[in-house]
Amino acid sequence: MTEQSALITADLVDLDLPSANRRAAVGALAERLQKAGRVTDLTQFLADIEAREQQMPTGLEGGIGIPHCRSAAVTVPSLAFGRSTAGVDFGAEDGPARLVFMIAAPEGGDTDHMTVLAALARRLVRKAFKDELLGATDPGHVAEYIRKEVGA
Amino acid sequence: MKLLAVTACPTGIAHTYMAAEALEVAAEEAGHEIVVETQGSAGSTPFTPEQLAEADAIILAADVEVRDKDRFVHLPTVTAGVKKAIGGAPGLIEQAVAAAEAAPKGGAAGSAAAAAETQLAVKQSGPGVGSKVRGWLMTGVSYVIPFVAAGGLLIALGFALGGYQISDAPSVTQSFSWTSHTSWAALLFQLGSLAFGLLVPVLSGFIAYAIADRPALVPGFVGGLVAVEVHAGFIGGLASGLLAGGLVFWMKKWKAPRAIAGIMPVLVLPLVGTAIIGGIMFVVIGQPLAAVTTGLTTWLNGLSGSNAILLGALLGLMMAFDMGGPVNKAAYAFAVAGLSTNSQTALLIMASVMAAGMTPPLAMALATTVRKKLFTEAERENGRAAWLLGASFITEGAIPFAAADPLRVIPSLMAGSAVTGALSMAFGSTLRAPHGGIFVVPLIGNPFGYLVAIVAGTLVSAAIVIVLKSVGQKKKAAATTESPSAPRAAAHA
Repeated sequence: MTEQSALITADLVDLDLPSANRRAAVGALAERLQKAGRVTDLTQFLADIEAREQQMPTGLEGGIGIPHCRSAAVTVPSLAFGRSTAGVDFGAEDGPARLVFMIAAPEGGDTDHMTVLAALARRLVRKAFKDELLGATDPGHVAEYIRKEVGA
Repeated sequence: MKLLAVTACPTGIAHTYMAAEALEVAAEEAGHEIVVETQGSAGSTPFTPEQLAEADAIILAADVEVRDKDRFVHLPTVTAGVKKAIGGAPGLIEQAVAAAEAAPKGGAAGSAAAAAETQLAVKQSGPGVGSKVRGWLMTGVSYVIPFVAAGGLLIALGFALGGYQISDAPSVTQSFSWTSHTSWAALLFQLGSLAFGLLVPVLSGFIAYAIADRPALVPGFVGGLVAVEVHAGFIGGLASGLLAGGLVFWMKKWKAPRAIAGIMPVLVLPLVGTAIIGGIMFVVIGQPLAAVTTGLTTWLNGLSGSNAILLGALLGLMMAFDMGGPVNKAAYAFAVAGLSTNSQTALLIMASVMAAGMTPPLAMALATTVRKKLFTEAERENGRAAWLLGASFITEGAIPFAAADPLRVIPSLMAGSAVTGALSMAFGSTLRAPHGGIFVVPLIGNPFGYLVAIVAGTLVSAAIVIVLKSVGQKKKAAATTESPSAPRAAAHA
């Protein structure tokens, strides 16, 4: 139970993310979420992600992209993490994203889970957190590190 | 330095918190204290009254509307997009510090102004429960005002175009002629009436929303509709909003089983809340509240002659007392709430309240124009802006003057506003819109009398301010030859 419902697990980590363009990167992470049974309707989910992206690109300074949405297609609040050596353009002013965090929140999710996502968002602006993820080699270790950092 | 910040983004799950973290880190590095209110989906902990009173400046880093902005009117504000806070937090902190340092208008007078503003802020935050209730009510009122404005102006335009029998015109769904101006007048009137029909539900809905967020919206709105249905008016709306908010707030604390936790906010809370509140409104408190509303309306309509003039003067005193603070807002809310009763006296009250609220900035503008020497350069600049602020019914335009020299300025402004309020009543000016200042004068009943009332109050206030300031100035000048800003500070102390 704990492993399946944890915010992020090893199979949600992609250390060699397809980097052709944003859709390829987002698609790869979304498929991981679907395979893990966390997203029911892939088309719906990708549409929701894209809708958020259209509102305002989610790329952040420092090589980070955080495609995210609340979607009825999401069953469990989840995080999928992808790392790209070449970088994927998420619309940040200072260039492509090397760390991509896909945050999937269910529609009307309860506050406890939102708190976890909030904790994650807070870590994203810390340098040590980014450095650890840039240097990591093992998906299982990445998932465990993120879980430990956000207290999930 | 003590800073506050609000962060908010469209989805409320990522940028809100990243911005908060970035600001906290940057503030700590720069050696300042900061408290961040994250208006995101993990719920937000509002600032305490102490935090609001002690803060030197606030940063609003948001891509969506910041909730309850009224709390920050007394603070120097730095506004930015939420991304700016993530990427450039140190810059925003610097800006906020600079804004806080620039805010006091130099030297001793500045600190007096700051002290006065802090006092105001402390008063505003008041004791725990009372200030909370006031906050909820004001949130509701703030959402209602645009409805009253749009609806009221549409109705007034309908009357202006089609005469006073336009309210009896047949529905435009049945008869509408593109070439008949009566049809257009009827259209405007009927649109306005529909907008007015939403007043009580919106009031109730957003009071509930202020208390318990989105799940309380439906119980609040439907409770408000029931209030209309049972003729309990805005008093019913206030009651249903508070009840709905309180009920949902309490229900949110239930530990729901995991299976239904996800649907609590979208289904269970609205459903159960609406059933309970709707039921209570219909069968328990609806009738008594309707009786109270009828009584109030009858009383308002019965007010005439010297009673009405006294009421106008009293409301005028209240409008000028704290210029946008709780007393002012109480008078204003009373007037706006009255509009929904459709009574003639309510329209008189609205007109009187708006006129009295326009006078303070206008009076200060006039005083700074005719007696430049009594004011600092900064005040003269404020004075120029005050013409427009006053004409637009933004009473807050007089705050800088009152903050710097409250003992002379506030009584002067109260006197003038009382005159204006009373005269507006005496002349029988009526107003259907809750805002708009000089720009809605063409739609006011007896506009000439209205303008006379405003001019009279402005003259009275300006004259008293000039006299009081001259007296203080001379005494001070005889006693000492300090810098120009010193006399006011000394007089304040």
